[in-house]
This record gives sequence, structure tokens and C-alpha cells, in this order.
Amino acid sequence: MGDVTLFGVAGAVLAGLGVYGLIASPQPLRKILALNVLGTGVFLLFGVVARRGAAAGLGADPVPQALVITGIVVAFAATALAVALTLALTRAAGSASLESDAPAVGEDPGPPR
Amino acid sequence: MITASLFDIGLAALVVSVAAFAIVVRDTYSAVVAFVAYGLLVSLRWVLLHAVDVALTEAAIGSGLTGVLLLSAAARLRGGGAPEPAPPSVRVRALAAACGVAVTAGLVGAVLSFPDPAPTLAAPATEALPATGLGNPVTAVLIAYRATDTLLEKVVLVLALLGVWSLAGDAVWGGRPGAKQRADPDGILAYFTRRLVPVGLLVGLYVFWVGATHPGGAFQGATIVAAMWLLAMMAGVADVPPVARPDVRAILVAGAGVFFAVGLAGLAFGDAFLAYPAAYAKALIIAIEIAMTATVAVTLTLLIAGAPERTA
Amino acid sequence: MPFVADLATPGGALLVLAIAVPAIGVLAAFALGSRHAARIAIAVVAAGFALAVAVAARVLADGAPLVYVLGNWRPPLGVALRADGLAAVMMLVTTVVLFFVALFARADFATPAGVRDARAPLVFWTMLLAILAALNVCFLAGDLFTLYVALELLTFAAVPLVALDGSAETLRAALRYLLFALAGSLLYLAGTALLYGAYGTLDIALLAGRARADAATTVAAALMTAGLLAKTALFPLHLWLPPAHAGAPAAASAVLSGLVVKGSYFIVLRLWLDALPAVITPAAAQFIGALGAAAIVFGSAVAIAQPRLKLMVAYSTVAQIGYLFLLFPLAVGLAHPEATAITGGMLQVASHATAKAAMFMAAGLVYAALGHDRVADLTGVARTLPITVAAFALSGIALIGLPPAGGFVAKWLLLSAALATAQWWWAVVIVVGGLLTACYVFGVLGRTLATVDPPPPRGAVTRGREAVVLGLAIVATVLGFAAFAPVDLVQVGRPPVAGVPR
Repeated sequence: MGDVTLFGVAGAVLAGLGVYGLIASPQPLRKILALNVLGTGVFLLFGVVARRGAAAGLGADPVPQALVITGIVVAFAATALAVALTLALTRAAGSASLESDAPAVGEDPGPPR
Repeated sequence: MITASLFDIGLAALVVSVAAFAIVVRDTYSAVVAFVAYGLLVSLRWVLLHAVDVALTEAAIGSGLTGVLLLSAAARLRGGGAPEPAPPSVRVRALAAACGVAVTAGLVGAVLSFPDPAPTLAAPATEALPATGLGNPVTAVLIAYRATDTLLEKVVLVLALLGVWSLAGDAVWGGRPGAKQRADPDGILAYFTRRLVPVGLLVGLYVFWVGATHPGGAFQGATIVAAMWLLAMMAGVADVPPVARPDVRAILVAGAGVFFAVGLAGLAFGDAFLAYPAAYAKALIIAIEIAMTATVAVTLTLLIAGAPERTA
Repeated sequence: MPFVADLATPGGALLVLAIAVPAIGVLAAFALGSRHAARIAIAVVAAGFALAVAVAARVLADGAPLVYVLGNWRPPLGVALRADGLAAVMMLVTTVVLFFVALFARADFATPAGVRDARAPLVFWTMLLAILAALNVCFLAGDLFTLYVALELLTFAAVPLVALDGSAETLRAALRYLLFALAGSLLYLAGTALLYGAYGTLDIALLAGRARADAATTVAAALMTAGLLAKTALFPLHLWLPPAHAGAPAAASAVLSGLVVKGSYFIVLRLWLDALPAVITPAAAQFIGALGAAAIVFGSAVAIAQPRLKLMVAYSTVAQIGYLFLLFPLAVGLAHPEATAITGGMLQVASHATAKAAMFMAAGLVYAALGHDRVADLTGVARTLPITVAAFALSGIALIGLPPAGGFVAKWLLLSAALATAQWWWAVVIVVGGLLTACYVFGVLGRTLATVDPPPPRGAVTRGREAVVLGLAIVATVLGFAAFAPVDLVQVGRPPVAGVPR
């Protein structure tokens, strides 16, 4: 099963790259992209698990495959929400920086209610 | 298959390199383009893993639609002329690298310690297929064995869309998402779109229909339909509906609604919540899948269209 | 094993309804628009409370968990719902808090006359229902992947509530919250992939019987715990919480701080106590307890220094979350664990949920009355808003842990478990945390009681809204009488000795 182990290592490396990008990238859009790389890495681990479970005439265990399909749809929805928030933040603040250069929430009058 | 083939090693190296480029390159637009290429390579990996259903989903949603979202966002952010923030300090990068290496090392260690032979549910999933009337075990997991996950995921889609809409200004609430496309409705793009869209819709319906027995199904078919709609919007041939329209809202909840109705009928009259009586299993599953395909197609399109920006 | 693996019990259909009713409520509210959404939300939350009572009564009567097999597909192929005492308590707490918050929020999220559908009301009421649905899935799902979907439901319901006012500050807080939460979900998901690869199931009861202390299981437990801690905002992963919880409208802050963080916490509990106790070492339990202790000290100290009331209350949440993690070194990985520590921890969950929700709503009323919430300028508010200040005082007493509040019994149970297991250092943390909490609570109360003339204006705050907040604060207070209950609901379905490696 050498090829399957190779895919597992690749998935692990992709997940690690995603974690790196998530922490190191200053722009939200790049963090969102890094999250998607982390996500595909995790999904590939499910793929390795599915392939290792090939049996009963199937090339791969169908259960982890179905979990990945659900996961991909959820990840897309998350990406859409994060992108929309990034665009709204850019509109409202003039930049999409996550570091607030305005006074911290503790000092300004803050939102109503 | 004792050792990995040269092709497998080459593909793995390519996927990792493209991902690394997408993470570290300075220019955000280049990063997103690299990400789309990366998604297609990942789909290829899924084919090699004998998971064609996943490969289709990854190509359509993971790479295609996510790519459209990120590309249009990158274009809008670049057009805004916002300055690129300063690159991260050495300390932040060291921390990030330490976390990334820890995750990779842990996962590699775990994968190498997996038991042999691997545990699998392939046999029970296949044996139970006749009770569902389906031929594709992946679809059976999604619609029957683990139907609850799929049902809840439909609710997730509704919440994500409402979350996106919630970012609209109160003045344009209920209006149409995004800016109106100014493409020439009689231009070459519009001509091309009018020819392509009907064919694309047929392909989408076909992919949906064969999902019962072959790779394909509601998500994959819905994505193709959504892509055709997006194309028509970009060509100025079609527009997004106002988000307040009751019929739009009805379509958006139809997938989860029909799913719940069938589930609760099972609870009230049948064996269990989401249990399909053998005589009606096929018909009920088809009803759920039709509603789900319509809902998913509209939801995906509207998720990409974004928050309302124009009054109806 | 805590659960019967795959046999449905009578009354199991209640568990389906506890999830389906609020989920269908989400769809109905979204489809029909905000005018109907408020009514649907209040009716569904009331129904949810009735269902929680029915589940708790059934669990108590049977002395065993309720189980339902979805679609009649037994695990490992299918998914089961299970309600033990822990789940029943969480369902009760959730619906009680949501009911008071819904009554409180009617004034803030009313749809203007002549409008069918307004933005903020639609989002608020729909997401409130979604939080109920998501939390009930968190409490009831017996499958680790179904729990992943529940976590995502919870995130997608919570994040839009943070940015309802659309300001740059709250949008930034919401985006940061979302990024933390998504990273947490993916780490959790990576762990489920490893567990499926090692055991071929994600069913909690089946995993409990199969789990070994090998590399895959240990890495899975570490990744899943780390992801869940990021979502629960346990120190040092708390950075996203204060701006998000302080920036949201008061009714939303109450739900986010009181309930939403408990969803991911509850899954940590399930993992450590039920699914994977085999890999939890004493060192791991001490480590997570130490993070809790650091949260208590750091969160309380920062809360004392806050110039604004809502941020103070938010940092108080960072501190109080720390207490929830003290139960792990007392109840897991020991040769003679203290089962009462779990009861104490759950009582702390209930106490914090009710008291913190009441406190955020009280802070919201202060803001509505004065137009600001600067702690330094709260002098004399007790004369203007006596009921609100009384509610703030009662919830503060619950947070400090003074009798007769539920917080007192919770901390007393944790304290005696610490002494019974000869871990005096946790007792010190509990006492020091109580003193620090007293500093910021009495700091605020002292100012409000100061006599100045003329008293500050009362804005548009009605007595009815004040009464709702006081009602919830009274619930937090009388929780202490749970100590006199003849049967300990929390312990139903727990193995005789928790945490002994099988």
C-alpha cells in the first residue's frame, strides 16, 4: 500500500501548509485560502482511509467518501461567508486588516444596545 | 502495489509545490490562480484514490466554485486599491511553521500507525444497498445510512446564505445581490451563453440522474446548474432574483423541508425517522434528491452572488 | 460503557423532535420573514423546553440513557442519538436561557410596522432557532461526524449575530471569530478521519469499547481537543472572544457567552469522558486544568481593568470558561476519580449560562438607559434602574460563587473533589478566582450604589424588560437548591467509576 501511504503523507503536508498560512498570512483572503488548503489536506486523509478500506468489490470504503462530500459542501459555505465578511469589512473600514488601527473596542463608545 | 509509482510521487510533489506557492507568494491574485490549479490536481488525486464521486465534487465545488469566489473577491479587493499589509514578522512565521510542522508530524505518525487490515464499512454498505433501491453506495450513505448529516448540512447552507445576506445595508435589504453586469446582451458572449446554457443544464440533470447508480448525484448536478446560471449572469442574459421574494425563499428551504417531511412521515407512520419503507424507498429518495438539487443549485449561486447591493 | 450501543429505547423519538422542531423552525422563519420569525422563535423555544423536561423526566425515570437509531440504520453504518443525564441537563439549561433571552429581545428585534421582512430581526430570530437546533445536536448526537456538522451549524448561527450592527469593529470581530472557529472545525475533522481510519466507526459508544492508546488515537484526541478549545475560547485561544461577545447586541451576547461556547465544551467532555478515556493521561488532564487555571487568573485580572461594562462581562466569560476545565484533572485519568466533580462542572455550566446571560442583558439595559457603558460613569444607576442592578448583583453573586447561588454549590463540589483527590492546587485556584471575580463585580456594584444627584436618565428601559433579566438572575440563584435534589440527574448513564482506562 505504498501509494496510499504516500497520499497520506501528502495530505498531512498540505494540512501543515494550511496551518502555516492561516497563522502567517496577514490578509483575511489569504487566511481563507489557507483554510481551504488545510481542508483539502484533511479530506485527502479521509480519502486514504477510504482507499485502505477497499473491500466487497468496491475500490474504496463509501462512508469516508460521503463524509468528504458533506465536508466539501460545508467548506464552500464557510468560504462564502468568510469572503462576504472580508468584503464587508473592506467596505466599512477601507481595508481588510484584522488588526484594528482604530481605538480598541474597549475605548470607543461602541455599538448601540 | 508495494511501492508508489513514479507518477504518484511526481503528482504528490506537484500538488504540494502548487499549494506551497499559493500559500507563500506575495501577490494575492497569483495565489488564488494557483489555488484553482491546485484544486484540479487534487481532483485528480481523488480519481487515483478510486473516489470518483468525491473527485467530481472537489472539481466542481472545492476547486471550481471556491475558485470563482476567491478570484472575484481578489479582483474586488485589488480594485479597491487597499494597501497590502506588512509581511508577518519572523516570530509569527516561526510560530506558524512550528504549528504547521507539529500538525504534519502528528498526522504522518498517525497514518503510519493505522492497523492492517484496515477497518471498513464497505461490506455492510454494499449489503444494505438493495433496501434503498440505489446502486451507488456513496449516494446511499448520503441519502440513507447517514441521511441526518446530509439533512443538517442543508440547514447549514441556509444559515450560511442568511449570514452572507446579513451583511447587506438595511437600505438594500431584500434587494438583488452584487452589481448588475453590464455585458452587451447581443454580444458574442451572450450569444455563446444562450447556446451553451441549455446544453449545460442537460448535462447537470444527467449527472444528477445517474447519481443513483453511478458516480454523480444531487451536489454535482446542482453545481453544474449553478455554474450555468453564473455564466448567464456574467453574460448579462440572466439576473439574480431579489432575496426577499417568497418563491426564492421557498426554493431555498425546499431541500431540507422535503427531507424533514419524509423523515417525520417515517417517524409517524413508518419504522423510524428517515427510514424509507422498501416499497417507496426509490420514489421517496428521488423526491428528496429533486428538491435538494433545486435548493443546492440556487443556494450555491446566491452564495457566490453575495450580499444584496441593489434595491429590487 | 456509558451507552447501550445500538438499541432504540421507548421515548427515543423525543430526541428526534428536540432536533427537528427547532430546525424546521429555522426553515419556517427564513421562508416566512421576520414578522413571523419572532413568534415562531418564542413558540419553538417553549416547545423545546417542554421536550427537554420530557427527556429529563424519562431519563430520570428509566435511570438509563434514551437512545434512538436514525432511519433504523444501526451504528457503525448509521447514526444514533443518545440522551444521558449530561445531555438532559444541557437541554434544560439551553432552553431556559433561550426563553428568557427571547422575551428580552422582543423589543430590540421587533419588525417595524408595515414591513414583512426586516434584516436584523430576521437574522436574529432565525439564528436563535439555529443555535437551539445546533446545541441539541451537540448534546444528543452519538456520532463524531454528526457532531462536526453540529459545530458548523453553531458557528454559522453565531458569527452573523456578532456583526448585526455592521460597523467595521464588529465585522472585524466576526471575521476573526469565524476564522478561529473554522480552523477549530478542521482540526476536529482531521481527528475524526484518524479515528475512522483506526477503528472504522465514529460512534461514541463503539469507540469507547474499541479505543487503544496508540499513535493515531492520541494524535486524533490532541487535534480534536485543540480544535474544540479554539472554539470554546480557552486561554490562550481566547483572543477572538472579548471583541465578538462585547460587540454583539446584548441579547446576542447573552446567547453567545452563556450558551454557544458550551456546545464545543460539551464535545470535549464527550471525547474525554465517553469516547476516548483510554488515551487521556493524568498529565493531559493536569495540562488542560492548568489552562483553565490560567484562564481564571488572566481573564479575571483583565476584567478588573476594563473601562467598559460589556468588555468586562466578556473577559469574565474568558475566566469562567476556565472553571469548566477544572473538572478534568478531578474526574479523568485518576485511579480514584471523583464523580461529583462532573456534577460540579455541569452545575458550573448551568450557573454560568444563566448568570452570564442575565449579566449581559443587564449591561444592555444600562447601555440603553445611559447611552454608554463606561464603568467609571455608572454612579447612581441603582437609583434609576434598581431592578436591573439587582439582577446584575444576583448574577455577580452566582459568578463569584456565594451561597445560595448555583455557582456556590458548583465551586463547593469542585473544591471538595480537589481536596478528596489530594490536589490542593486546584482548590487554591478556585478560591483565588472567586476573590478576583468579587473585585470586578463589587467594583461595578459599588459605583452604581453611590448617591449622586440628580440620578442618571432611564432612557427607554421598560420595567417588563428589567423583570425578564431579574427572572433569569433568580434562576441562577435558585440553582443552588439543586444540591438538595434527591437524585443526581447528571450521573444517570455515567459508568460507575468514570475515567478508569478500560
